Amino acid sequence: MPKLTLNISTSPHVVKGLSTDTIMKHVVLALMPAAAFGVYVFGTGALLVMLTSTVFAVATEHLLNRWIRKNTTVNDYSAAITGLLLGMCLPPAFPLWMTAIGSAISIALGKFIFGGLGCNVFNPALVGRAFLQAAFPGAITTWTDPFKADRFFNVPSSVFAWPFMSPVVDGVSGATPLSAFKFDHVNSQSYDLVMGFCGGSAGETSAVFLLLGGIYLAWRKMLNWRIPVSVLLTVLVFSGTMHFLDATRYPSPVFMVFAGGLMLGAIFMATDMVASPVTSTGVWVYGAIIGILVVLIRLWGGLPEGVMYAILLTNAISPHIDNLIRPRVYGTLKKAKAS
Amino acid sequence: MSEHPTLDQPRSTGDKKMLISMTAIGVICAFFIVITHQGTLDKIAKNKAEALDRAVYKVLPGISKITPFYVGTEGKLEEKPFGDKPQQKIYAGYDSTGVLKGIAIQGSGKGYGELLSLLYGYDPNTQKLIGFYVLESKETPGIGDKIEKESFLANFKALDVSLTDDHNKIKNPITVVKQGKKSNPWEIDGISGATITSRAVGEIVRTSSEKTLPLIFKNKKILETQNNGQK
Amino acid sequence: MNPPTHSNQPDKGFFSQLANSKSADEFVKGLWRDNPVFVQVLGMCPTLAVSNSATNAVSMGLATTFVLTMSNVLISMLRNFIPKQVRIASYVLIIATFVTITDYMIQAISIDIHKSLGAFIALIVVNCVILGRAEAFASKNTVGFSFLDGLGMGLGFTFGLFCIGTVREILGNGTFFAMQVMPESFEKWVIMVLPPGGFFTLALWLLIFKGYKLKKAAHE
Repeated sequence: MPKLTLNISTSPHVVKGLSTDTIMKHVVLALMPAAAFGVYVFGTGALLVMLTSTVFAVATEHLLNRWIRKNTTVNDYSAAITGLLLGMCLPPAFPLWMTAIGSAISIALGKFIFGGLGCNVFNPALVGRAFLQAAFPGAITTWTDPFKADRFFNVPSSVFAWPFMSPVVDGVSGATPLSAFKFDHVNSQSYDLVMGFCGGSAGETSAVFLLLGGIYLAWRKMLNWRIPVSVLLTVLVFSGTMHFLDATRYPSPVFMVFAGGLMLGAIFMATDMVASPVTSTGVWVYGAIIGILVVLIRLWGGLPEGVMYAILLTNAISPHIDNLIRPRVYGTLKKAKAS
Repeated sequence: MSEHPTLDQPRSTGDKKMLISMTAIGVICAFFIVITHQGTLDKIAKNKAEALDRAVYKVLPGISKITPFYVGTEGKLEEKPFGDKPQQKIYAGYDSTGVLKGIAIQGSGKGYGELLSLLYGYDPNTQKLIGFYVLESKETPGIGDKIEKESFLANFKALDVSLTDDHNKIKNPITVVKQGKKSNPWEIDGISGATITSRAVGEIVRTSSEKTLPLIFKNKKILETQNNGQK
Repeated sequence: MNPPTHSNQPDKGFFSQLANSKSADEFVKGLWRDNPVFVQVLGMCPTLAVSNSATNAVSMGLATTFVLTMSNVLISMLRNFIPKQVRIASYVLIIATFVTITDYMIQAISIDIHKSLGAFIALIVVNCVILGRAEAFASKNTVGFSFLDGLGMGLGFTFGLFCIGTVREILGNGTFFAMQVMPESFEKWVIMVLPPGGFFTLALWLLIFKGYKLKKAAHE
């Protein structure tokens, strides 16, 4: 298909060779180690969940584009990332039919309805995750234990639940470090948390591999490093203060930073280029708000984990952050005094 | 501005006419409301009493008569409301021969999201809780409403709430344990997947029973004799 | 296309008006062409809040229909008596009266329905469909037409709530009018009986209705 050659647009007019699909390809690459580690820890179930979510996200994107008679945009990899991210933040034994619905919702209601890539208000993967959380609260809080002996050959029966039918949970459901802390006041080993040897979503457990991916992207300048740094610092400081005030009631800051989906959220989801602010100061504020919300929800909220809602809420206000911290237009005075 | 036609009109209509018409409409409306109120009063009172009766019969199996009692501030029980402070109401259930079978007590507190209002049955003879019913709940459908399922209600078939020897405190406060970990008669088997709601239920029943049960025990004689005297 | 309207004709009594084609039109327009939920998009508060089951949706719809019809009739009767300056206050007074009556009647019929509709019975008073019809129709038309308009709009509102309530109840609870219609192991979409489900379902129906209307318009 020949490309349009006449392009009327505002500055900048000089284009660096870094296009959307190049960046997206590298993001997929950066996610791979953590995803692969998830498969290693949780077995074939996690692999199936992540594959399904990716395939259905891409398929939904393609079909919706066909429906409104537009050129398909699956080649820019953004749908694949949305699908993969969604798969990584779902429990490893999540039924595949629910995963597929989540993927379709992510793309349709998270992105397409706003006008496609570049117009979405929220991170699409988290929109799908939030829908699934509200629609199937039972299935989405059913965790499997890591390192089951038969994890590669025996897929949990809940994964293959018939479409629209309740999954049958086999055996005792496991716990995540966060739910164990919230409900039973059990602290997990920091080493296990950092490495990811614990229960949780399919691809969120390994802090090390997620960090590696993040550092790679930041080094290639494909990710705004300020966002994860700001989120993690805020969580560290806020929860550190609480821990200092009352060590028996509030967990250590190290636990707060490495447990749950904070790494995945801070590095790969909060940094959604469309849903985060543009100005550098705005980005710091944005990260700080996410961090505060995460700690608030985890320590005082009803749910054990709050990264998803924290990011979604802050996504919603990110344009307003930009508005408040609007940089001064070159050559104008700082707020004309008393007009 | 005064040449605007619609602004001219108010003066021509006059305040008096407005007042008359509003009063007339008010009277007509009041008439309708009073008629309906009178017409439905008995039926509504009957419906409300029936709804409560149904709940009390659910938590106190095998009763055939209910007498409400009012709990006062100084730990007295009366059949009529007394004092100016709003009192807690309890419902004593008797079987067909007039023997006290149990007492239904209402308790409420914060659930997962909003107010959770419960009714539970207490048998002073065996000192056990024998029934449980959710009066009002806004818990998440599909999760929080599992507290109305048979498996959770089974916890309240014979939940031990024995008082200490001086009848001032409950010997073993009710605790909620993880699903399947119940080992003592005063423990409630929680619901995994609805941890917060099932714990809230335990908390509500515990605080309410700690407050009310010693009181009931002290006044057990009144409760037992009340109905016999009437017969 | 339509026969000429006879709005200038004097009142001929209720039943002769019924036979009149304009009467039929006043009744039908609320059901479909000017449906309060899907076309006018009025009264969204009860539409979203109490459409989590078909029973709730229909009882709310019928309660609203009653209030709408009765207030339309009374307002139309008094339309020449109410001074222009205090008309809104009078309408609100009349509507509030019928809402109170409805509240008593529902309590007398069933405490359970009253409990599940909750505060939304009292909130019928601020349903903009009712005040809208009072101002736009009943204050300018005869009693017979106003009755038909109220009934049609009310039933249209009920129909809209029923459409939403059915989808939400079947998906969210696996039941239809509290009867099990889905297999026992059906996984309930809890979100559908929660507030977000109301928004999703309403949007879905609006999409379908709009799409249908556009298609029809394109054909003509």
